[in-house]
Amino acid sequence: MSESAPGVTASSPPVSARRIPLLALGVGVLTLCAALSLALGARAVPLSTVVDALFGDAHGRDALVVSGLRLPRTLVGLAVGGALGVAGAVAQGVTRNPLASPTTLGINAGAGFAVVVAIYALGLTRPVEYIWFAFAGAVGAMFFALTLARRSGDIDPVRLALGGTVLQLVLLSWTSAVMLASERTLDEARFWLAGSLSERPLDVLYPVLPTLVLGLVIALAVAPALNALALGDDSAQALGVPVARIRLAGAVAVALLAGSAVAVAGPIAFIGLAAPHLVRPLLGGDHRLLVPGCLIAGPILLLAADVLGRVVIRPSELEVGIVSAFLGAPLLALLARKVAR
Amino acid sequence: MTSKQLVPRQDATAPAAEGAGAARTDQLSTHGLDLRYGDRVVVGGLDLVLPGGAVTAIVGPNACGKSTLLRALTRLLTPAGGTVALDGTDIHRMPARALARRMGLLPQQPVTPEAITVEALVRLGRYPHQRLLSPWSKADQAAVESALERTGTTALRELPVDQLSGGQRQRAWIALALAQDTDLLLLDEPTTFLDLRHQLDVLDLVAELHAEAGRTVVMVLHDLGQAARYADHLVVLKDGALAAAGAPADVLDADLVREVFDVDCRVIPDPETGTPLVVPKTRAARQKPSA
Repeated sequence: MSESAPGVTASSPPVSARRIPLLALGVGVLTLCAALSLALGARAVPLSTVVDALFGDAHGRDALVVSGLRLPRTLVGLAVGGALGVAGAVAQGVTRNPLASPTTLGINAGAGFAVVVAIYALGLTRPVEYIWFAFAGAVGAMFFALTLARRSGDIDPVRLALGGTVLQLVLLSWTSAVMLASERTLDEARFWLAGSLSERPLDVLYPVLPTLVLGLVIALAVAPALNALALGDDSAQALGVPVARIRLAGAVAVALLAGSAVAVAGPIAFIGLAAPHLVRPLLGGDHRLLVPGCLIAGPILLLAADVLGRVVIRPSELEVGIVSAFLGAPLLALLARKVAR
Repeated sequence: MTSKQLVPRQDATAPAAEGAGAARTDQLSTHGLDLRYGDRVVVGGLDLVLPGGAVTAIVGPNACGKSTLLRALTRLLTPAGGTVALDGTDIHRMPARALARRMGLLPQQPVTPEAITVEALVRLGRYPHQRLLSPWSKADQAAVESALERTGTTALRELPVDQLSGGQRQRAWIALALAQDTDLLLLDEPTTFLDLRHQLDVLDLVAELHAEAGRTVVMVLHDLGQAARYADHLVVLKDGALAAAGAPADVLDADLVREVFDVDCRVIPDPETGTPLVVPKTRAARQKPSA
């Protein structure tokens, strides 16, 4: 008599008792990932040198690599990963669809299309210049998807997921069309379109910090209402949740967070999809825990993928967007099986 | 306490809710209510009073608008015309949370979040009583404990709802509505998909809530016999209009059933309770006389 939706609270009882150790574990794993991200790369740096470079007065090539290149890269990774993780959790809560993510809502494709058009029309050449085009493209696509999903004043979750997917496909084909028409655009855009944390100075991060923080605050504020929303619109409304307003606020949070992330790092898929699915079995589906949990799990996934991309084909490296897609595709297949059951 | 509204019409027999001001009778009423889906008129110009402190059953044939009416009574559906009032106040003018503290709903097909435990589900019933950043209070916990106990789901509290039987699951959902701690409880076909034993379990529970906790209950039911047995007040709808309303013994007779359901029947006293019991005539008898 009832359908299933992404859940609230796992089966084993003492979730509350496990909360603190799990949080500590999460922070520990994240610290480890950050440390690896600082130490590993084309040139491995001993951890002692990393510590010296960060807190002491180390000089030399290794120290310069750590503080000048890998520190910004790691910080950008933390911010982007956290944004994508939280955006994924909110997107799945708002749509009541465990397969929803910033990617399926058309956000990455919107950013990609906007950037490719900007490169083609304005002759841009550096990722720093792409930021606002990417952000605008992401937010524009998201709100177009919302418009498609609008029905009698409210957003229909199924239409949102469907509309977003269709929009994504359309935008991807337009992006390809522009790139095929102009070889220069293809050359400039292809690395950005893969999604990468490399060569992103901290200056790239500063402009999007306000949108990141605002998005996070909204996400945390709507978390309790998302728990009630999981019971279906009727039940949520009967519990006093302003369903339409909460869904819009959630969508705004997703647009701000994922828009900022794609503006900084380019389109990175699967992190937003995977983070909530990693956290839910551990902490349960209560969004008040899920959102902070994804704030930790997102960067863990992103940094791990980034580090992996740096070491697999040393001395060259694989873009993090490619690694995460490579690892994320099997996860999606697994998930689809679970959902279908 | 906060009630300053004058009640236009009072049902003299309706007992006021405990500890509430004089105007809080939990009486729902509609005035010239028009309900539409798109251009299709489902309910037209309905004037109705649902007495506070009573168990009301809304019955009628399929597509008569009874579930639609319940959606309008709980503000899930915005009327195309007319008003729905609780104690004389238009429910569309009440803040969502304030209304949710007065009125709970068990929808016909609620969505069970994956792997949610019974207790976590019931705790969500406290949503309208909570504020952002306010911690879980003793009153919240007490309401959850009492809801679990009343519905006999205390032993199931750690179990995932999606692993329960249909009857247990329905009781867990009723517990959620109870934890909401409202004077009014509205249920949309709470017995559908349940076997007889569990149907009776749910209806007995509803009767108990009314008798012991003084809740006002409004439910949409399919079975006329059950409606007559468990309700103090019967609302019979046909084609979105009121066919009859009143005590089951007063309104439920053979003429009404023929007129509303197009079925020839005898209405006899229920041998167990004395309430009206609808017994359809045999096929042969039904096919012969009516032209």
